[in-house]
Order: sequence, then structure tokens, then C-alpha cells
Amino acid sequence: MSEVTHTLVPAQPAPAPPPKAWTASRISGSLLMLLWIAAAIGLVAYLYSAWDIDKVERYAPKYRDGLIVTLTLVSLSIVIGAIVSVPVAIGRMSNNPVISRLAFAYVYIFRGTPLIAQLFLIYYGLGSFRPQLEAVGLWVFFRDAWNCALFAFTLNTAAYQAEILRGAVESVPRGQWEGAAALGLNRVQTIWKIILPQALIVALRPYGNEIILMLKGSAIVALVTVFDLMGETRRAFSRTYDFQMYIWAAVFYFVMVETLRNVWNWLEAGLTRHLKR
Amino acid sequence: MENYLTLLSFGDQGWGDEIAWGVMITVSLALATLPIGLFIGFMIALGKQSEEWTLRIAAEIYTTLFRGLPELLTLFIVYYGLQIGIQQLLKLLGLDSAVEINSFMAGAMSLALVFSSYASEVFLSAFRAIPKGQYEGGYALGLRRGTVMRMVVLPQLIRIALPGLGNLWMILLKDTALVSAIGLTDILRQTGVAARVTKEAFLFFGIAFLLYLALALISSVALNRIEAYGKRGEQSR
Repeated sequence: MSEVTHTLVPAQPAPAPPPKAWTASRISGSLLMLLWIAAAIGLVAYLYSAWDIDKVERYAPKYRDGLIVTLTLVSLSIVIGAIVSVPVAIGRMSNNPVISRLAFAYVYIFRGTPLIAQLFLIYYGLGSFRPQLEAVGLWVFFRDAWNCALFAFTLNTAAYQAEILRGAVESVPRGQWEGAAALGLNRVQTIWKIILPQALIVALRPYGNEIILMLKGSAIVALVTVFDLMGETRRAFSRTYDFQMYIWAAVFYFVMVETLRNVWNWLEAGLTRHLKR
Repeated sequence: MENYLTLLSFGDQGWGDEIAWGVMITVSLALATLPIGLFIGFMIALGKQSEEWTLRIAAEIYTTLFRGLPELLTLFIVYYGLQIGIQQLLKLLGLDSAVEINSFMAGAMSLALVFSSYASEVFLSAFRAIPKGQYEGGYALGLRRGTVMRMVVLPQLIRIALPGLGNLWMILLKDTALVSAIGLTDILRQTGVAARVTKEAFLFFGIAFLLYLALALISSVALNRIEAYGKRGEQSR
């Protein structure tokens, strides 16, 4: 009993953490990061060394014009497509089998084929019907590649947006419709004040994705002689055979997409803050 | 009508055989891209949920980059960029020869870049749907890390990821139409040539349109079958 020591071991500092092991994932992660950093430095160095004031003066205004064409085309087709998508979405949800099948066929056809095939069919294909189109006075519209691109994009995005809208409206629980009916609201009030505010919150993210997809997809109009950002890039490349033309286009597209994505995230965070706890 | 049938016949007079070749190229390009894209996408998804921050950031950069660029631009950058890059490399080595990159290779590579960055998101959300207990149970049984991944996690993962991957396959099929811009003789290229030669643009581009629609229909039937096959264990319950 008396052997028990009464002195305590004095407090020791915590042992040093063991050195971080060089695991396989740590090695590969560091290597990949080094690769990205090297690529970024290489990119900046390349653009710096390739900087040519003559080319900048000649092509910068063209890139700006191309950018304006791209943005106009995308925003117009998104807005007109949104208007066209409303009757399509209503048709999809209709109880009438003929109407709902027609709307489904429209959506399926435009979502099942490449945008570029649709564009070629409209731009080159409608040329086969030139006499008929001239007779009804539509040839003036379809003669122009820009109009054809707008037409094809509008039809395409309307199909996608109709599905977004339908999905969003159907995500609103039935009880919301029934509750509104029990309160004696009429159909317009129900849709406008009860259903749409809840549905559009759900639709916000897919709408953002659709805008980004259209922005990226719009690059294909360069193949039908519309000089958007991509078209100007291709023209500049074919004149100079200088690869930096494509790199600059990539930078512009990337900045546009990332800006849009972040703005949309911020918008969504703001609009859905009442749903977060 | 007779005229149209001749135009579409297989043989010297018609374009049927050329267009059939185009369908073959389109389908084989999509099929060649799929395994590469799935593999890279899976690896990127693993990287994104790694404990190592460098690996996570590197994977994020990859997806952000290739989801932020138009597919057509990625294609051109890979096609011309590789060509010029290899030429520069050869010049450094003292060789001087014009290099032509195979457009099929360039097409498959750029489509795989885009496909994998989207696929990694699908895999990542599937990974998140698998409870931690599945891993822990596997380790408790004394299985190695690789075995747990292969025998326990992967079979469940594929089933969860299938609908998302099916969507990506449809997108991939549609994106293959872009390779006609770098001269690969796919459906759109062949019908475009036929349209230019015969001046029957609506007929041939209409056929291209219908062929893509048919491919989409076949794919959706096949994907439904595969999904039903994947779910056969759940249905009996």
C-alpha cells in the first residue's frame, strides 16, 4: 500500500502529428495539380507570346460583333422558345389523347435529334421548297441563315422548355390544386397565384441549365455561315492559321458560361432562401 | 417517286450505301467513346470524393472546364491543337513533316472529354446514394479496398447511375453529329454530300433527321431493357 507513489507525471505536450504519408492518392493529386498549374502557366505564356497588336486591332472588333450575334441569337431564341413552350406543355398535360400525343411527338422529335441536324434540315432542306415558300411570301425569312438559326433554336429550346415546365407543374402536389379549389379560387388565380410560384422555383435550375446548353449549342450556327463568336473565330483561323484564335474563343465562351452559372446559382440561392432552414 | 427510290438505292446510282456507311461511323464513334468516357468519368468521380484536396480540386477543374466549353469548340481545339502540337514537337526533334490527325480519333477524344465530365457528376451522385455501412460492412468482412469497390459498391452504383448514364448516351449520340464539321464521314456528312450533289437537300437532310430519330428510339428501347434487367432483383420483392 505504501508503495503507491504520490507524485504525478507532469503534463506532457501532445506528441507531434506523424508526417503525412505520401499515399497514392496524394501523389497523383499533387501531380495532377502540377499539371493543371503548368497548363495554366503555359496558356498564359502562349497567349502572351502570341500577342500581336495587328491581329488584335483587326480581329478584336470582329470577335465583339460575333459575341453580340451569339448573345442576341441565344436570348431571342430562349425568350421566344419560352412563349412557344407554354402551349406545348399545356398540350402535354392535356386529357385529350390527340393533343397530348401531338405535343409528345413534337417534344420527342426535337429532343431526339441533334440540333445541328435540325438546323441543316431547316436551312438547306427548306431551300428545296423555294417556289412554294416564295408563293406564300416566307422565302424572305428562310433565305437568311440567321433567321433559320433563330427558327431552329426556338423550336428546339421550346421542346426542352416544355418538358421543364411540365415537370415543374406536375411536381406541385395535388393538394395545392384542391386547396385552391376549396378556397373558391378560379382557374387563372389558382395557376397564377398558387401553382406557378411553386413550380417555377423547381424549374429554376433546369432553366439555367437549358440557357447554358443553348449558349454552348449556338456555336454550331458557324457551320451555316452565321458569323457568331464561333463563326468569326473560324474565319479568323482560316485567314491567319493562328491557333490562338481558338484559344481566345474558348476563353470567351468559358467566361460567359461560368458567369451565367454563378449568377444563376446566386439567383437561385436568393429566391429559395425561404425554403432553407 | 421513282426518282427518289433510285437516289436512295444501294449501288452506283443511289446514296443508300454511302448513308449506311455514315450510320456505321456514327454508331461506332459513339460506341468507341462510351467506354473511354465512362472510365475517365468514374476516375474523376473517385477523385472528387477523395480525402486529398489536391485531387478534389484537380477533378473539379476538369469538369468545370469541359462543361464550360461548347462541344464544337472542344472538337476543333482537340483536332487542330493536336495537329499543331505534334507538328511543333516533331520540329523540335528535327523532323519536318505534315501531320494529319485521324478525325475519328480526334472526334472520339473530344467527345470522351465532354462525356466524362458529365458522367463524373452522375457517378458522384450515385456514390452519395450508397450508405457508408456498405463500405464498413465490406471492411468488417475483411475484404480489401479494391474488392469492396468491385464486389459491393460497384454493382449498386451502376444500378443507381443507369438512368443518368442513359441520358448521357442519348446526348453523346446527338453530339456525334458535330464530327461532320472535321470531315468525318458520319450520317450528317454523307447526307450533306448527297444533298449537294443531287440538289435534293430536304430529302437527304430529312433522312439524316429520321436516322438520328431512329437511333434515339432504338437506344431508348435498349436502355429500358437494361434498366429493367438491373432492377430485376427489386421487382420480385
